[in-house]
Amino acid sequence: MLKQREIAVVGAAETTRLGVIPDMSNIQLHADCALNAMRDAGLKPSDIDGIACAGESPTNMAHYLGITPSWVDGTAVGGCSFMIHVRHAAAAISAGLCKTVLITHGESGKSQIGLNRAPPGRSSLMGQFEMPYGVYGPPSMFTIPVLRMMKETGLTEEHLAMVAVIQREWSSQNPRAAMQQRCTVDDVLNSRMIAWPFRLFMCCLVTDGGGALILTAADRAKDMPQKPVYILGTGESVETPMISQMADFTRSRAFRVAGPTAFNAAGIKHADVDHLMIYDAFAHLPIYGLEDLGFVGRGEAGDFIKERNTAPGGKLPMNTNGGGLSYTHTGMYGMFALQESIRQMRGTAPAQVQGAKISVCHGVGGMFAASGTIVFTNEG
Amino acid sequence: MSDSKRPLPQPTPETKHFWEGTQAGEIRLQRCDDCANVYFPPRPFCPGCASRNVSIFKASGKAKLFSYVIHHRPAPGFTPPYAIAVVELEEGPRMMTNIVGCPQTPEALPLDMELVPHFEKMNDDITLPLFQPAKA
Repeated sequence: MLKQREIAVVGAAETTRLGVIPDMSNIQLHADCALNAMRDAGLKPSDIDGIACAGESPTNMAHYLGITPSWVDGTAVGGCSFMIHVRHAAAAISAGLCKTVLITHGESGKSQIGLNRAPPGRSSLMGQFEMPYGVYGPPSMFTIPVLRMMKETGLTEEHLAMVAVIQREWSSQNPRAAMQQRCTVDDVLNSRMIAWPFRLFMCCLVTDGGGALILTAADRAKDMPQKPVYILGTGESVETPMISQMADFTRSRAFRVAGPTAFNAAGIKHADVDHLMIYDAFAHLPIYGLEDLGFVGRGEAGDFIKERNTAPGGKLPMNTNGGGLSYTHTGMYGMFALQESIRQMRGTAPAQVQGAKISVCHGVGGMFAASGTIVFTNEG
Repeated sequence: MSDSKRPLPQPTPETKHFWEGTQAGEIRLQRCDDCANVYFPPRPFCPGCASRNVSIFKASGKAKLFSYVIHHRPAPGFTPPYAIAVVELEEGPRMMTNIVGCPQTPEALPLDMELVPHFEKMNDDITLPLFQPAKA
């Protein structure tokens, strides 16, 4: 098993710009952040011998960047693919399959330049058993379990609105965030209806951008320019490609495998966590995440957020970049959650959590289809 | 609610019985002959125990409204607002569908409302299993 602190993140960067970038294609967004991450780590393409990415194939990226890898990973299970890449890369480095891995994400989600996406075919399970009923993009699918959650646990529309309100408090401190203006519960509830009970401000942004990470063995990290951020524990799982077939509409099985696996590997308790990222494509995801990762009991996450525990000054700062709701969301947001965890561990975040030593970064892929969890620390 | 632009399923060898069933006015499920697990979507083995000994049977059609959203954005073949629902069949499995025969409002769509099938013929090959309130 992968040892705690055996592998470190030694390079991390986002694309130079975020938001609307019509002058860059999908693959160039991957490359832009990859070049920034290599500069951050003081490395050249010839120093990289492992590559992982989603949205572009590793073949595309190795060729485009001039890398000759001896290890590749093209795991593409949606927005948490990058957490899973971190996990696989750490294992590969530990096993001696490669020494230095570059993980890239770039996505022209807003401008749609050079995208490689194909919709599910009419004969796929989704094509046969979901698409005929008017599902049209994540806002019409990811949101479907929530009414059941509300009926069974007492979650309210106001609770969902508070998730968006508090993340704006975080994004208002972040000059790179797309949405920096604070808002109220009424603002959220009065924003345009998208898929009842979800209003616009409960749904993620749609942007262009990317991010890249570089991992290597911790003993090599000591000689590199950045403060190393160590991997304490990791977890991953998948459940179903169809939201209608999620086993329990009030819990994510994938979350409940990935999260505890990472916590157990890291040897941490919930009280040890100083900083938390929970992928927020929609406002209910932090609610499910807090409960499924065991930070609070069933039905308690709505009040936990409302009582400002995850807000600036709270005991569990969460989604401190503003999240997918207010910072950026290109389509697969997980890489941006990872970037914020690294900034918090390096002590360089715009809304820095003072003295934070352990950061948990939890991702979702598809519509509760997949999950990846990484526990980071800055203590070697 | 719908028109010819609605994306229609393309059956595969493993799902053909289901789509033949809807044309015959039936919802056909599968049951494992070894462990009695009833499951959906169709496949020629049991996802509970991996047995290939499975049988196709006609479901009762009785269902309850399990969860849904009311979509307010346009989608091909649909006029918003329309509900995208998941129903729970009496036999256990859940499936996505649309609810017809009632207003597409939260008030008209209480969770756990009892439903019955409404088979909507789309063309000579495809009939979709929609649902409507049991008490019309």
